[in-house]
Amino acid sequence: MSFTILAEAKKIAKITLTGEIDSLSAREFQKEIEKMAAESPDELVLFVENLTFISSAGLRVLIFAKQKMGSGLAIYIVKPQESVIETLEKTGLQHSVNIVDQYL
Amino acid sequence: MTDNRIDYYPTHEHEGIKFRRGHTLPFGATMVANGVNFSIYSSASTSCTLVLFERGEAEPFAEIPFPDEFRIGNVYSMIVFELNYERLEYGYRMDGPYNPAAGLRFNKSLILSDPYAKVIGGRDTWLNKPNWDNVYQYRSRLAFEDFDWEHDHPLETPIEDLVIYEMHVRGFTKHESSGVKNPGTFSAIRSKVAYLKELGINCVELLPIYEFDEWENSRESPTTGEVLVNYWGYSTVNFFAPKAGYAATGKFGMQVDEVKTLIKELHKSGIEVMLDVVFNHTAEGDHRGPTISFRGIDNKTYYMLTPEGYYFNFSGTGNTLNCNNPVVRNMVLDCLRYWASEYHIDGFRFDLAAILGRAQDGRPLSNPPLLESLAFDPILAKCKLIAEAWDAGGLYQVGSFPAYGRWAEWNGKYRDSVRKFLKSDPGEVGGMIQRVMGSPDLYSLRGPTASINFITCHDGFSLYDMFAYNEKHNEANGENNNDGANDNNSWNCGWEGETSDPAINFLRHKQVKNALAILLVSQGVPMVLMGDEVGRTQKGNNNTYCQDNDLNWFDWTQQETNADLYNFARGMINFRRVHPVLRSPTHFQYWDYVGSGYPDISFHGTKAWNCDRSASSRSFAFLLCGDHAKQGIVKDDMVYVAMNMYWGGLHFELPALPPEKKWYLFANTDMPSPVDIYENGQESLLANQSDFLVGSRSVVILIGK
Repeated sequence: MSFTILAEAKKIAKITLTGEIDSLSAREFQKEIEKMAAESPDELVLFVENLTFISSAGLRVLIFAKQKMGSGLAIYIVKPQESVIETLEKTGLQHSVNIVDQYL
Repeated sequence: MTDNRIDYYPTHEHEGIKFRRGHTLPFGATMVANGVNFSIYSSASTSCTLVLFERGEAEPFAEIPFPDEFRIGNVYSMIVFELNYERLEYGYRMDGPYNPAAGLRFNKSLILSDPYAKVIGGRDTWLNKPNWDNVYQYRSRLAFEDFDWEHDHPLETPIEDLVIYEMHVRGFTKHESSGVKNPGTFSAIRSKVAYLKELGINCVELLPIYEFDEWENSRESPTTGEVLVNYWGYSTVNFFAPKAGYAATGKFGMQVDEVKTLIKELHKSGIEVMLDVVFNHTAEGDHRGPTISFRGIDNKTYYMLTPEGYYFNFSGTGNTLNCNNPVVRNMVLDCLRYWASEYHIDGFRFDLAAILGRAQDGRPLSNPPLLESLAFDPILAKCKLIAEAWDAGGLYQVGSFPAYGRWAEWNGKYRDSVRKFLKSDPGEVGGMIQRVMGSPDLYSLRGPTASINFITCHDGFSLYDMFAYNEKHNEANGENNNDGANDNNSWNCGWEGETSDPAINFLRHKQVKNALAILLVSQGVPMVLMGDEVGRTQKGNNNTYCQDNDLNWFDWTQQETNADLYNFARGMINFRRVHPVLRSPTHFQYWDYVGSGYPDISFHGTKAWNCDRSASSRSFAFLLCGDHAKQGIVKDDMVYVAMNMYWGGLHFELPALPPEKKWYLFANTDMPSPVDIYENGQESLLANQSDFLVGSRSVVILIGK
C-alpha cells in the first residue's frame, strides 16, 4: 500500500490600488504587472476599495495582464466602488475578472 | 514592449518633440513602437502641419510642419515619439490655394479632422451642449486594437436564413420604460439581447453608428418647443469612428470597447450585426456648410463637383462623396475592411447606394469599380452587402443594381406591392405572386436572396401607423408638413389617428398581423422595423429624422398593452425559423423535381389549383411543398397560406394532401388573440379538411403534416 500527497501552493500576486488610474498612473500599474508576470502567478488580486476611477488605459492593463500571464490567470477585484464596477460592465470586462467583496 | 530597432530612433526635433520620417501606409494614425505614425493624403495642398492637443485642451501643445522630404507622392507621413496615446488628440492644417471654381478650398487657419481617425472626440455625450468657440470641434483620436474577442468571429449565417431587425441604437432603450442602466446606449442593448432572442430575429441592422453630430441643423419644434436634432444620423463626420454619444463610456473615450462588447454578446446569442453605412455624402453640406475634414484636406478628391466647382447633390443633403475616385474608393474599402475585421461586423446596408455607381461627373456607370471591388474584396468576402438601390438624383436601380453575384437590395417594389395589396387595391395579385416568391421578375438570375423584403423601415410610417393614418402628420418637424413622402399607400381603417372604436382597433391590429404574416412567409430576406412587433406609433409622422423623443423611442410598455401583436410577431418569426421551405436559397421552379407529387410552389384561390390573377381579384393562396425545402435537401411540412384582402369572407377550397397528412391551423389573423396563432408544433387539427372560410382582410396559414 502506498500513500502519496500531491500538494501545490498557489502563487498569488497582490496589488492595492488607490486614487485614480489615468493614463499616467496606468503606466506604473503596468510596470508592476510586468514585474509580477515574471513570477507566473495563478491569481492576481487587486484591492481597489479606495480606487475612485479607472480609465481606458487602466482597463487595458487588465487585458495586458491576461495576455502576459496566460488565460489561466484568475483576476480578483476586491471591493470595487460602484463607478469602477460600472466601467467594467459597460466595457464587458466584468466577464474576464471576478468581482468579490473580500478575498479569502 | 519597447522595440529599439534603429529605424525607430528620432531624427528630427521641433519645440522639444522628437519625430522622424513616417510610413506612407496605412493612412491615419497608427501606434508603432514608442510612437505614432501619422499619414495623410492630399493631392492639391502645398504643405501640411500636424497639430497635437492634450485631450480637451483649447490650444494645441504642438504644431509640427511636415518637412518637404516627408512627402512622398501626395502623402505626408511622420512618426512622432513619446506621445501619450490615451490623452492625444490630433488634426491637420492644410495649406494650398483657395479657388472654388477649380475645386480647391484650402484654408490653413482651420484644424481638420483625419478622414482615417478611428475615434472622434468632441461630441462625447449625446446632446451635451458643445463649445461652439472651440477651434477644433471634431477631434481625431487613437484607438487601441487589443480588444479581447475570445473565440468570436462573424457568424456567416446564410443570408436566406436571416430575419433582420432594423434598430436605432438610442431609440431602442431610451424610453423610461426600458428599465435598463444607461438607457440609449450600446451598453444598454446588451440588457435586451434576451428579448431579441425570444422575438426570434437573428440580425440587427443598426441605423448609422459612424460619428455624426446630433446638433447639426438643430432647431426648436414649432409644435412642442422641443429641440429638434439629427436623430437618425445619416450625416457622417467620420467613417471609421463609432458614435461616442451612443456609448455610455463615450465620456471616457471607450466607445470602441463598448461597441465591440455589444457585438461579441450579440454573436454569442446567434445574432448578426449589420451596419447602415452612409457613403453617399458627408456632414460638410454644400459650399455653405462647415469645413470639418474632407473639404479642407482635398476637396476635389472627396466630392463630386460641377464644372463650376459647386457640389453635386445626388444625396439630397448638399454634397456627394466622390466614390469612384480611386482614392475615395480605397477609403471606402479600407473603412469596410476595418469594420469587418476589427469590429466583426457581419454585413453592411449602403444608404442611397445608387450613388456608389456614379462616375466622378455624376453619370451612372455600367461597371462601377467601387461596387465591383466591394463584391470581390477578400476581407469582405463573407459580409452581406445590401444596397438601397436608388438615390435622390433620380437613379432607381431596384432589380438592376450592379450586383456581381453578391449584392442584395432593399426591395422597394416589395414594400409598395404589399402595402397596396393590404389596403385592398385592385390589380395587385399578379405583383404579389412575384413578391412572395422572392421577386423572380426582378431577380431572375440573382435568386430570392437578392431581395431584402420590407414593408416599413425607419424612413416612413411605422407599421401600426400604416393602418391608422391616410396622410402624413409631420408638423412637429417644423417644415409645415412639406417634408416626408406623400406616396405612403397607407389606409387608416376608417378614422384618421387614435380612436376608441373597438372595430377599427381590431382591424388595425389585424392588418399589422396580416403584414407581418405576409412578410415572414415570403421568399427572400425579411426585415422588421424596430417596434413594429409591438405596434409602435409615430403619431402619423413619416419622417422622424429629427425627433429624439417618444415618436421614435421604443415604448416597452407596449409589449404588454399590445401583447397580441408581440405574440403574433414572435410566433411568425419563429414559424419562419422552423420551416426551411420558407427560406429557399434559389427561386422556385413551379414543378416537381423531387418526385413528391407536388410542385415546389403552386398558386390557388377560392378554387384549389386555380388562382384568380385578374384585376378585380384581391385574394390568392399558395402552397409550398416541404419536400422541396432548401432545393430538396431537407424535409419540411406542407405550408399553405391564404391571403384575402377582399372586404368579405371567402371560402378557400384546400388543395388535397397526400393521404397520410392532415391540415393543421397555424395562424388566422381574423381570430382574436390568443387563438390567432399557435405555438410551433401545437397547431390545431382542422375539422374540415377540404375548405376554409378566410375572413375579410385576413391571412390564414395552414401546415400539412
